[in-house]
Formats: sequence, C-alpha cells, structure tokens
Amino acid sequence: MTDAHAHAEGHDSHDVKKHVKIYMMVFAALAVLTVVTVAVSYLHLPMPAAVVLALLIASVKGTLVACYFMHLIGERKAIYATLALTFVFFIVLMFMPLWGRTDQVHTGSMKPAHTEAPAPAHGH
Amino acid sequence: MDAIPYAVTPRPDTGLNNGKMGVWLFLASEVMLFGALFSSYILMRIGADHWHRGELNIPLATVNTMALITSSVTVVMAWASLLEKNFQKFRMFLGFTILLAFVFLGIKYVEYSDKFAHNHVPSTDNFFGIYFVLTGLHGLHVIGGIIVMAWLWARSGDLWKTEPQRLVNRIEGAGLYWHFVDLVWIFLFPVLYLL
Repeated sequence: MTDAHAHAEGHDSHDVKKHVKIYMMVFAALAVLTVVTVAVSYLHLPMPAAVVLALLIASVKGTLVACYFMHLIGERKAIYATLALTFVFFIVLMFMPLWGRTDQVHTGSMKPAHTEAPAPAHGH
Repeated sequence: MDAIPYAVTPRPDTGLNNGKMGVWLFLASEVMLFGALFSSYILMRIGADHWHRGELNIPLATVNTMALITSSVTVVMAWASLLEKNFQKFRMFLGFTILLAFVFLGIKYVEYSDKFAHNHVPSTDNFFGIYFVLTGLHGLHVIGGIIVMAWLWARSGDLWKTEPQRLVNRIEGAGLYWHFVDLVWIFLFPVLYLL
C-alpha cells in the first residue's frame, strides 16, 4: 500500500462496513416510505390531511437522506451554520405567498371585485 | 502549491477541505433556487380556482422515485468503496449511478412526450407551467450530475494512483450534489403528482 492510499483510507474497514449497513437500512426505509406515500394518495383523504401527511412523509425521507447519505449527523459547525441561515431564508420564502394573500385580502384584490351595478340614472 | 488551498487537507478554521465547503455553499444557493419555485407553486395553488389532480402518471413517477433513491445509495456506496480502497467496486457503483440517472431521464422523456402528445405544454395553464419548470429544472440538474459523474468515472484511474484522497473528496462532493437532486425529487413527487 502506498502512503497516498494509506492517507485516503482514513476510516478502518470495520467503520465502513458499519456505514454500509446503515445505508442499506436507510434505503429500505426510503423505499417503504415511497410506497406508503403513494398508497396514502389513493385513500383520497380530505385535502388538508393529504397535504400534511404527504409533506410529513417527504420530510422524514428528506431527513434520512440528509442525515445519513449526506452525513449531516456528525458534520462540522461551518456546515451547520450555513444550513441554519439557509433554513431561515427558506422558511421566509415558503411563507411569502401567505403574506401576499393576507395583504390581498386586506386590499380586497384577492378575487375580482363584485361591484354592484350602477344605479340607473334618474332622468327628468 | 495548489491553485486552490486546502483542496485536499482540511482548512484549520472550518475543519473541511475547501471543495466540500464550496459544495455545501452551492447547495445552500440551490435550496433558495428551488425554494423560490416551490413558493411560486404555493402562490399559484392557493389562488387557483381549478387545479389538475391525477393527470400525471403516478406509476411512472413512482418508478422514477425508486430509481433516484437507489442511485443515492449507489453513489454513497461508490464513495464507501474508495474508503475500502476497492477501486473496481467504486467504478461499478458509480457506473450504476450514471445508469440510473439515464433511466430517470428516459422515463421523464416518456412522460413529457405523453403530455406533449395531449397538447399539455407549459403555456396550457399554471399547473402545467409550474410542472414543466420544476421538473425541467430538476432534469437539468440530473443532466449536470451525469456529466460530472461520467467525467469522474472516466478520469478517476490516474487520480486514484497519484492523489487518492483528492479523488475521495471529489466523489464526496459529487455525491452531496447527487443526494440533493434526490432530495428535491422527494418533495417534487408528492407535490406535483399526488396532491
């Protein structure tokens, strides 16, 4: 083994085998959750419940990918700081349509205004 | 001396090599890019009187979801193979990842063709507008990933002999990007196809 390869190893093979086992478990969880997401969509739940459930499952799947495949569990502080800032602005982005809607409700421009027909002119 | 410092070894203050930090900063900007489009989707959806449901091909999209999830596993296995110093296994897993990316694009091509055949194009209405923008942008990211991974697959032999740690870092960076592409699809799938 060359010095370069010794440096590249960094992890012992036992460590890697342990990681591979975790990757397979995460893969199985992701596959099951995908099937569950599709199955739930065929239940035709009321829209609010369907949205909450679908996004909840997607969030669990996303967390698994980020934590285990992207190794966010046990990452450096510099990455956490970057992602914390990103998360804050992401949430702001997601709520923007809501603020926009609230604003429109107050100004009465959300829907086309149902104006009453002008009163007929009273001619003499 | 390298043109970019700390390309291989960790930088003392961040504890990361600069390539990895750069990839994470890039992914942060990508979150904002897709976030803006998801936000636009919400705005259009809550303001719409009518929204298409069940018009997209759920079985095909489910297969595509499985293809991307599997490719996330194969790319992380490629990285793990390098840690085990098994270069052949690394190339096999990276090759599988590229193959699965092509499967994804192939299925997307079938879906798009079907939509175009029924005259469903981005200008049809807001639903198809946001559908084509989101999936199209995601598809471009898949193509970008294929280019990067194909380059790494083809050129990794020499680097593995001379600077193996640099190759490990590059695969880790490419893998982070690919996982992000998978992560975006994990949200696109229910939002566009199921809800």
